[in-house]
Amino acid sequence: MRYSLFNIVVNGLTGNRFTEPAWRAATPKPRYDVVILGGGGHGLATAYYLAKNHGIHDVAVIEKGYVGGGNAGRNTTIFRSNYLLPGNEPFYEWSVKLWEGLEQTLNYNVMASQRGIVNLIHSDAQRDAYARRGNAMLLADAGARLLDRDEVRTMMPFLDFDNARFPIRGGLMQPRAGTARHDAVVWGFARGADKFGVDIVQNCEATGFLRDRTGAVTGVETSLGPIMADKVALTLAGSTSRLTEKLDLRLPIESQVLQAFVSEAVKPLIPGVITFGAGHFYVSQSDKGGLVFGGDLDGYNSYAQRGNLPVMEDVLEGGMALMPMIGRLRLLRQWGGICDMSMDGSPIIDIGPLPGLYLNCAWNYGGFKATPASGWCFAHTIATDTPHPLSAAYRLDRFRTGKVIDERGAGPQPNLH
Amino acid sequence: MSRLAKGGQIDRSRPLAFTFDDIAYQGYFGDTLASALLANDVKLVGRSFKYHRPRGILTAGSEEPNALVELRSGARREPNTRATTAELFDGLEAASQNRWPSLAFDAMAVNGLLSPFFGAAFYYKTFMWPKAAWEKLYEPAIRRAAGLGRAADGPDPDHYEKAHAFCDLLVIGSGPAGLEAALAAGRAGARVILAEEDFAFGGRLLSEKTTIEDDTPGAYVTRAIAELKSFTNVRLMVRTAVFGAYDDEYGALERVADHVAVPAPFQPRQRLWKIIPKRVVLAAGAMDRPIVFGGNDRPGVMHAAAAQTYVNRFGVAPAKTSAVFSNNDAAWRAAFDAHDAGASVKAIVDVRTDVSPEITGGAQKRGIRTILGGKVVSTRGKTLGIVSVETGHGRETLYVDGLMMSGGFSPNVHLTCHHGGKPSWDETIAAFVPGKCPPGMTVAGAATGTFSLADCLADGGRKGAAAARDLGFSAADPTPPRAESEATGQKPFWWVHESKGLAFVDFQNDVKAKDVALAHKEGFSSVEHLKRYTTLGMATDQGKLGNVAGLAILAEVSGRTIPQTGTTMFRPPWTPVALAAFAGHHRGPDFRPTRPTPSHAFAEELGGQFVEAGPWLRAAYFPHRGEPTLRDSVNREVLAVRERVGWIDVSTFGKIELSGPDVGAFLDRVYINTFSTLKPGKVRYGVMLREDGIVMDDGTTTRLSEDRWAMTTTTANAGRVYQHLVFCHQVLWPELDVRMASTTEQWAQIAIAGPRARDVLQGVVDDAAAVSAEALPYMGAAETTVMGGVKARVFRVSFSGELGYEVAVPARHGEALARAIAKAGAAQDIVPYGLEALAVMRIEKGHVSGPELNGQTSAADLGFARMASTKKDYIGRVLAGREAFRDPRRPSLVGIKPVDRTQMLRAGAHFLKPGAKPTTGNDQGWLSSATWSPTLGHSIGLGFLVGGSAMVGEVFRAWDGLRGTDIEVEICAPCFIDPEGVRLRG
Repeated sequence: MRYSLFNIVVNGLTGNRFTEPAWRAATPKPRYDVVILGGGGHGLATAYYLAKNHGIHDVAVIEKGYVGGGNAGRNTTIFRSNYLLPGNEPFYEWSVKLWEGLEQTLNYNVMASQRGIVNLIHSDAQRDAYARRGNAMLLADAGARLLDRDEVRTMMPFLDFDNARFPIRGGLMQPRAGTARHDAVVWGFARGADKFGVDIVQNCEATGFLRDRTGAVTGVETSLGPIMADKVALTLAGSTSRLTEKLDLRLPIESQVLQAFVSEAVKPLIPGVITFGAGHFYVSQSDKGGLVFGGDLDGYNSYAQRGNLPVMEDVLEGGMALMPMIGRLRLLRQWGGICDMSMDGSPIIDIGPLPGLYLNCAWNYGGFKATPASGWCFAHTIATDTPHPLSAAYRLDRFRTGKVIDERGAGPQPNLH
Repeated sequence: MSRLAKGGQIDRSRPLAFTFDDIAYQGYFGDTLASALLANDVKLVGRSFKYHRPRGILTAGSEEPNALVELRSGARREPNTRATTAELFDGLEAASQNRWPSLAFDAMAVNGLLSPFFGAAFYYKTFMWPKAAWEKLYEPAIRRAAGLGRAADGPDPDHYEKAHAFCDLLVIGSGPAGLEAALAAGRAGARVILAEEDFAFGGRLLSEKTTIEDDTPGAYVTRAIAELKSFTNVRLMVRTAVFGAYDDEYGALERVADHVAVPAPFQPRQRLWKIIPKRVVLAAGAMDRPIVFGGNDRPGVMHAAAAQTYVNRFGVAPAKTSAVFSNNDAAWRAAFDAHDAGASVKAIVDVRTDVSPEITGGAQKRGIRTILGGKVVSTRGKTLGIVSVETGHGRETLYVDGLMMSGGFSPNVHLTCHHGGKPSWDETIAAFVPGKCPPGMTVAGAATGTFSLADCLADGGRKGAAAARDLGFSAADPTPPRAESEATGQKPFWWVHESKGLAFVDFQNDVKAKDVALAHKEGFSSVEHLKRYTTLGMATDQGKLGNVAGLAILAEVSGRTIPQTGTTMFRPPWTPVALAAFAGHHRGPDFRPTRPTPSHAFAEELGGQFVEAGPWLRAAYFPHRGEPTLRDSVNREVLAVRERVGWIDVSTFGKIELSGPDVGAFLDRVYINTFSTLKPGKVRYGVMLREDGIVMDDGTTTRLSEDRWAMTTTTANAGRVYQHLVFCHQVLWPELDVRMASTTEQWAQIAIAGPRARDVLQGVVDDAAAVSAEALPYMGAAETTVMGGVKARVFRVSFSGELGYEVAVPARHGEALARAIAKAGAAQDIVPYGLEALAVMRIEKGHVSGPELNGQTSAADLGFARMASTKKDYIGRVLAGREAFRDPRRPSLVGIKPVDRTQMLRAGAHFLKPGAKPTTGNDQGWLSSATWSPTLGHSIGLGFLVGGSAMVGEVFRAWDGLRGTDIEVEICAPCFIDPEGVRLRG
């Protein structure tokens, strides 16, 4: 059913008589052309674009719990394309372009809102580095503005301009960046994929892989029985390494905890997304009014979806240093997501490394913004068995060749990216 | 006034004045804002989130979803403060929130009329036409209507503290179970912390009329607290909410001064406790939960347990005439207490038909009418006036201004979930009980689902004693005090199907029973989907009240049992915590430590202007009168160094002292070049790589004697390099006999640079001959004394390209050394120079620094390829040999000059070929550092260019779209002055 004003009015008047499930509750068939493991944003977007762009409709998305229950439901909802390196910037810029029309594409209001992001500048060296980045963004048609201190102050007078340990000297802004309603993105892609005939199978855990004699992957073992597939695609976020372990496949990723926080709702306070340049703190305000914020990784390898006090304190020290008027707002909820951090801080989208297998992982802590482009490029990779030009830099062999994409220059230490 | 003539634990001799929405009222010491408002007959206190429905006080605790107010004003304004936990103080100011123009008439209440259209998740299906309208029209309107209170007007003027506490046993909650647990462990000698969220100890004992050992509950609490206070091993923490169970520690918030208008001088407003206990007894009690029926949100409807609290603890009748709607015995007892205190109870409606005679007898005795098997289907009135009841024999109307609602009790299992434990469903009490708890935690009393007072007292004592025994203390199970063993008899009942009007599951977020059904119909049948789709449980109470009913309704509409449907998980914090408490003192100038250099005070006297360099404050430049811009001062400083001499404090460089016979071998493995061949008394420049072949840092290392070495690192990487060296030694090569220590703080280091540097240096060293040109050649080092016997190290090194020395003395002598150098240099007209001049001179000389050592560049990129030894292995060597490092398209270091020498270069520009369009594909590299060179009289820069040194002489464009410039540049070698190094060897 297409959502429209007419539809809303009719259902309002009839007590929602004419509503239907947003997607079918599918039970798995014995065989598919493509089976995607992981029903998060990336998996569902991949299924959607496989069907829409490549005409491959015989697809199942297998989800252990409920769709969107992993990192798609545990993030700070920001999309942006303010990257520096040529391996990254065109990919993320395509993602922003897809975000810009996602409501109309999906007929689902994912509440993408281009509120802008400002990376604050606190030193001359930082300004030079951001100028390089801003120019890289302009080269990629992503848009960027370099703000001086007064422009930042006009835009965000509530920041601490007069009493700061690290004074604000300007900012790099991407006006086209923004936030979206993260759950709605998942539901929108799920509903869209379902309309194309994709089976979305929830509460079905993949427990292993089917292999033929050559070692090629030919399907998956699940809690609902074996499912054969020509192609098996992994979009498992923080669970990737646990599944690839069953293929004796070790990947250059570590699983780390990243916390996020939300405050009690208050009236509009913060216009867009702000990142503090002298500490680990970034923040935006949701449509409901809660401040949504986060900071650094907890710093150790873990599958536990919970964070700890030292990083909470570090994050809020940054918050109070930047915006001392938020002190009396209250922390409502905190949660920890598992990030698969790679050795260069950039993702992996690739064919293989085993026949029949396709990898989409290592999103570090930046997977949400990539959701549409990740699905777009991964679908292309699966359908054509060639990397999409926009994600060609994300191949697994880059760690062998040295063509790494290390935005932060932190090197092969995952918890520093 | 609804204040009862007597009773309650308020102090009627201490009246307190307060205002709500600018109207003055009076309460008493011991009141909460909520009890004082009720005492003044204020029933309408807030508006809901979505429909802006009028709302009253629903509970008497931190789970309150409706009675949220803005407390205090200006920079101290605290939005969303629960009136039910705010202690009354004289002069308290509170205001209602989320309403316009007034609380009584809120224009946004029109949303409620449109509720058929604005159901759950309607947002996702609409506001999409036309495309631009979402951001321009709909979203701003939604944002304005959403949110609750307003944040403070300015920086929080109060301060906050952090503290650690350690104990054997942490007892959370001071109700009957908590008190008995603390007593049992305390008597055994265990170190106990008893934390109570409320401002008074006692928990439910403050609210109930019963007897313990034939005395009042209050008397029991007083005795217990007195005994606990008598133990030196017990610490009582009131107003302290334990909000989270983390790995090995518990987070707790103590509200030190929230009960006074303004904290006393030097007193924090709140204190964040990190409690590290060996064992924990969670005695958090249980919470009354709502029933979902038409109009259950109308002001005047209140939880029965809350009404009981207002009557017994605060001496307030929440209503003149009440009815009760319940599924359990506890609500009846609440009604009896209200009746006995003089508030009229008209009828008790209970969904059960089999209420025990003992309970029904209590109603008969008091002349309260009972309607068994009945249900409330709707309510009416601006505030509650009419309740419509389905009696089983038809509809009946009750004219009451209060309705005491109780859907039974849910154990407060929240903290048990913080490590991922899932609560399990207990059919007998129709509630979730604790599942797997965090390590070391046991649960006692009502939090386990055992509700009778006698059971809670006994369970607390047992669990406290068990925890103490577990830790090796000798503790027998105590004999519990005699108390009532009352039944609760709660029967599962969630939802009145016959409801008329909106029936709420989540009050604050306006989630209705119908929304749950709609979510299920649309396929959102997972509990987590239900929550996310309808926002059930996402309000400030985090689903404490509504989650179970929501789950039960979902189970019913989906034809599943509650355990099949799911469970409710709780994340920290148990109750919302002020953000400032987590930051403590780390804000403003104290956000991070400030490291001044040893010569800071002297630099200040000289008029130095300081700039942050990581944690350091360094002098950036020293303006003279008549120098209108920074550039004028910097030019003067640079020229003074190039022509005469200058000094600068370089103590910020990282310094690492290494000793032992294997240091040479060790350094050979961490630097790309060889150090083991370095002779004592010599300095060598070195570059070290990360494991992945990228440059980590550069600096000099000096061999002071056969087995003593002194390394310097860049300021920025001081910590990282030390960490790296320690890792290499401890993990990779423990067999090497090397010891090391960071000495960055121990040595002050002043650089003297310029043609006359030696003259100045000889004026401060005790033995001038030791630093003569012959005795101390370029890249030589000497250990000597300065200023009449102060131990010093002199390194003949140069960052500026001039004759240069760095003199290191123990840090306490640093300021004196700087003053001595300035004095000794007076004859040479020495200048102090700052970071700005230093940066100009290093670019002129082509030395790489932070912008070039950015973690993305290899030794070859930086022009160090020939420095790398081919005769030994070192960290990063193998991976630096990978394909990408040999890629001819890899940008490498070049020098840049504008073709038109009057034009200014700016770092951050990208290189494009002449005529090329500005696209990612045409990008040829970037300008990493740029400056005006006073020596050359034009702008110069360093950058990374595809083709690198092969492009020398070519013309490119430095394209800076961000700042709207696009200028032609000439590529040159990355060294602009004295490429042969004549000056520094002078």
